[in-house]
Amino acid sequence: MIIRCPYCGPRDVIEFTYQGDATRRRPDPASSDQDAWNSYIYDRTNPGGSHREFWLHGGGCRQHLVITRDMTTHAISSVAFARSIVAGESS
Amino acid sequence: MAEPRSPLGKAFVAGDHGNHAAGIGVTLRERKNLSIIQITAWADSIPAVLTAIGSATGLVLQNKPGLGRVAGEKSVFGFAPGRYFVVSATPDLETRLRSAISAELGTMVDLTHGRTVIRIGGPRSEWVISKLFAIDFSEHAFPVAYGRATLHHDIHTNIQRIDDETFDLYVFRTFARSFWLTLGHAAEEVGYRVE
Repeated sequence: MIIRCPYCGPRDVIEFTYQGDATRRRPDPASSDQDAWNSYIYDRTNPGGSHREFWLHGGGCRQHLVITRDMTTHAISSVAFARSIVAGESS
Repeated sequence: MAEPRSPLGKAFVAGDHGNHAAGIGVTLRERKNLSIIQITAWADSIPAVLTAIGSATGLVLQNKPGLGRVAGEKSVFGFAPGRYFVVSATPDLETRLRSAISAELGTMVDLTHGRTVIRIGGPRSEWVISKLFAIDFSEHAFPVAYGRATLHHDIHTNIQRIDDETFDLYVFRTFARSFWLTLGHAAEEVGYRVE
């Protein structure tokens, strides 16, 4: 699988580390809703199609990325720096 | 002051090696007595840091992924957003950069003691290092003076293209001897000269 890093360009997947589901939303830290925390930590939808994920380009620019990948075909439709998404620059 | 010693030790054997009967495919050498400084700019200070690097070294860069400059023994290149290697044979490089880059602009780490720089040149250099690194070394994908950060067997390496057939490989000093031997094995089939 080739991932097109926004800084480094196309790189083999061996340079990257999967860092989990990027669709989760952390509950309010002040919340004591056990169901919400349980869901945040353990529940995964595991979709068959498009999925947003965190990846780390540890073997290159060492940036955290948000990647949209088809879970069935591994086709990647978007790659962006995670910090730019957090900052609201893209989605 | 202690004299720096090469980590290559007895693995460094000057002369011609491998299948050199038909010519020398690549030449290997260690670049010595360099100052190697890693600079990281805060996210909103990248243009100011590039200006400061330019004033301290004379090598002016634009903010573009992987872009670098080479002038004789001096070089600079980006390998991540806001991160740059600045290299010079000038001993006071760190002092000059430190006076130009304040803590408000970014941070500096002197990697001089931690990296070994191996220069590989020659008509088969792309061929040889393509065996070790899974990136595109063709000149349209990796132009002259540009830098890259990548892996060799899960071990980090920075690479800068010096000209159409010459590359500088920045490897961890503690790993340099093993890497040097691996590079020699990779170059055997094209014949290589150590100088």
